[in-house]
Amino acid sequence: MTNERNPGEVVFETRDLKIGAIQQDGSEIRIVKGVDFNVRRGEVVALIGESGSGKTTISLSALGYTKPGLSFTGGEARLLGQDVSKMSVDELRPLRGVSVAYLAQSAAATFNPSIRINEQVTEAPVLHGTKTQAEADAKALDLYRALELPNPETIGERYPHQVSGGQLQRLMAAMALCGDPELLVLDEPTTALDVTTQIEVLKAFKKVIQEEGAAAIYVTHDLAVVAQIADRVVVLYNGEIKEAGPVHEIITNPVHPYTRRLMAAIRPMPEAGQGEDSSDEHLRADPALQARSIDAGYGPIGSNGKAAIPVLRDIDVAIERGKTVGIIGESGCGKSTLARVFAGLLPASNGEIYLDGERLSPDLAGRTREQLRKVQFVYQMADTALNPRHRIRDILGRPVDFYGTAEGMTRRQRVDQLLEMVELPLQFADRYPHELSGGQKQRVNLARALAANPEIVLCDEVTSALDTIVAANVIALLTRLQRETGVSFVFISHDLSTVSSFADEVVVLYAGMVAEQGPTDRVLSPPFHPYTQLLVSSVPEPRVGWLEEAAQTREAKAGASGGVQLTETGCPFFARCPVAIPGTCDVVDPPKLDDGAGHIIDCHRSLTELGG
Amino acid sequence: MSNDQTFDTSLHTHPDMAGGISEPEKSNHFVAPYDESVSFDELPDSAPKERFRLSLTGWIGAVIVVFWLLIAVFGSFIAPYGENDLPFPDDYSEFQTPREGALLGTDVQDRDILSRIIYGAGRTIGISFAATVLAYIVGVVLGIGAAISGPKVDMVVSRINDAFLSLPTIMLGLVVVAAVGSSIPVLICTAGLIYATIVFRLARALGMEIMVMDFVEAAKARGEGRWWIITREIWPNAAMPLITDFGLRLIYVILFISSLSFLGLGVQPPLADWGSMVRENLGALQYGESVIPVLAPALAIATLTVAINLVVDDVSAQAGGRLSKRL
Repeated sequence: MTNERNPGEVVFETRDLKIGAIQQDGSEIRIVKGVDFNVRRGEVVALIGESGSGKTTISLSALGYTKPGLSFTGGEARLLGQDVSKMSVDELRPLRGVSVAYLAQSAAATFNPSIRINEQVTEAPVLHGTKTQAEADAKALDLYRALELPNPETIGERYPHQVSGGQLQRLMAAMALCGDPELLVLDEPTTALDVTTQIEVLKAFKKVIQEEGAAAIYVTHDLAVVAQIADRVVVLYNGEIKEAGPVHEIITNPVHPYTRRLMAAIRPMPEAGQGEDSSDEHLRADPALQARSIDAGYGPIGSNGKAAIPVLRDIDVAIERGKTVGIIGESGCGKSTLARVFAGLLPASNGEIYLDGERLSPDLAGRTREQLRKVQFVYQMADTALNPRHRIRDILGRPVDFYGTAEGMTRRQRVDQLLEMVELPLQFADRYPHELSGGQKQRVNLARALAANPEIVLCDEVTSALDTIVAANVIALLTRLQRETGVSFVFISHDLSTVSSFADEVVVLYAGMVAEQGPTDRVLSPPFHPYTQLLVSSVPEPRVGWLEEAAQTREAKAGASGGVQLTETGCPFFARCPVAIPGTCDVVDPPKLDDGAGHIIDCHRSLTELGG
Repeated sequence: MSNDQTFDTSLHTHPDMAGGISEPEKSNHFVAPYDESVSFDELPDSAPKERFRLSLTGWIGAVIVVFWLLIAVFGSFIAPYGENDLPFPDDYSEFQTPREGALLGTDVQDRDILSRIIYGAGRTIGISFAATVLAYIVGVVLGIGAAISGPKVDMVVSRINDAFLSLPTIMLGLVVVAAVGSSIPVLICTAGLIYATIVFRLARALGMEIMVMDFVEAAKARGEGRWWIITREIWPNAAMPLITDFGLRLIYVILFISSLSFLGLGVQPPLADWGSMVRENLGALQYGESVIPVLAPALAIATLTVAINLVVDDVSAQAGGRLSKRL
């Protein structure tokens, strides 16, 4: 069937498509303001833009679907020549899942947790009667193989929670492709994944789309991902097309100022020696915060002094005054746990924390108000970190009152000053959090931490939920605030390029242990810990062809093979390490190799071996 | 500075455009007209929330509820006769049909039904309201207390609550009232404590849900005390769902009080109360010329409860359906 498809045929096109919300008074709030684009067979078209740009709304129009409250208010959306925007649900049903398939952002939310994977993957074509169960099973098996899933023969027998996040994302692609759709709509399918997982998923998607000869619409806010997978790019802002063209044209020669801004917001992979120099005037003898041989975990602490579910093992980190320490690693490596240990939210089961040379109690109850003031925590999700029933004035004013940090000003003046610091208009003080955009909420979230005049701010993935441009603005803000106030940041992220762009020091965590730490420019130049090497080589570069090159490296191959395991002894990276020494690495704890400049690598290989 | 020319000058044709074989492309690289001076502000993430509006059924419900509330409060000024006055002292026949001087007729003891309905409104609604308020005070304090206390306290309080919850409400009420004797304070306390068990479960679930939100943890990390966390962080977020549930709970309490009165253990004669009015006048179905003596108080109960329900439905629909799932 695939071979009969005519490669140049237009599968989906929109003509002056308009989508809006009809208000109660009959007026229309237009979300999509007249968009023309088309997708041809065998082609991947990327829709790129920030949240609110209408990219998801446009992609859903291919299914003849609008989100609740929205409706098609003009133009056409033609799928295989039929205008789906004017069809009834009954007319659309035979098309959905057969001619057009949708891949949502979260695979975990897409799969039913209590039904076996294979049943869900094959459901659509069997239900629509386009395939028998046997044919669908055979197709699913082909897809599992094409998507390079482990144990393709048996993976369908598992339940969704029994496979990893990246595998589930690929299984969702299998579900979408099982009915041989003409058009595939992918909505940010790799945004929630770690870089190391994203590379596998992207590779699998690209391969399978090519093999199936389907057309695809790929929705994302990440230009670096677009460069890997798309043939053409459509840049959207506020429901309008700002620029459209072949991917390498857009990447190498962006014309429209908005596209140029998107490109500028991507932080290129840092080169060696790029670490930012910050002044040493804030340095004192003691580091601002120091952790010594920290063990921590969840659940009750057993007789051996370890938590029931250990997460961190033997962590030594020092944060110098006025400096930024970046903590990076994949999800589940314990980086957020480490920040919670610093903040006292999770008492360490072992080890000591010093603030200005003074030992801190492991839990909140044992810390003085002054100690609490000096260490502030900024949450990842501003949506849940700000009380929805408090005005911004009260959110920022409370720490000012509580810690007495107004410094001669009235509370109102101090709140205004804080809003100025995070570059928000002063009238926001009287608003509630839900009246602000995601980036603005994150600024309020930061301002609340700054209201305490802290010495250390622990930033837990503060930019991860934000769009590229907004995240870049927040990073610029953090850099400015540090220069002005001399505060130290602990910046936790799974995004190596963000961390390296402004951290002075980097700590690479793997499975609860420090793999490598040191000044940013030294950590990011050889010799590398093998895990750092994998991370560095997995950050997508905004150029066409990077994915194919990266997939060939030994690190990528190694990274794809094994799973993450916390180990009692030996190096936790053993299972995925391309240069592991069996019999040594899995048994003996790795020694700390020090290159003399504060750069420490925990590895059994020598520095010269790693440098090669 | 506007440059409309940009559109034309930036049209490129590129040779390796995918799929561009069959028909000539107008332009491979499209650039919208732009103005260098325009900055691209952050777009709002979601549309502003719509203001709360009642639907038509909501309006009907609200009007009926307000009507009964006015009657309940100002009943003694409106009622044509006293609660136990006889409109026709010389006429000894019971269950008179409606006529001038008694718009809804008279009851088993010749009293004016309209006046008794009006007095009964104050008593039925007043007792139920007081009982629901008591249920809320006890249930919310214990429920949120259990949510923020440790698992041990929560376990003990919750299991005791479960034990009471497992008893049928009307049976429990009958036993208590039969043992202690019926008076209005006893009725209020009995109904209040019985319904506190249900409020407890809701308040505890809400409290638990809010307790794990980041903003509560942020308050704890700031060093805030327990009182601040309860009153400033948890309560404002729990209040709205609890207020909505208050309406629903009030309905159940009205039905409960009316049921007790119907069984003769609620409001005692000669005081008027909708439940006891139905019971007193049951004979009208068999011997009377009109069914109004039974129907009128029954309709009063029905209209009030249905009207409250209509309003609550509207409010919980506006809360995004989250609430109705929880109830």
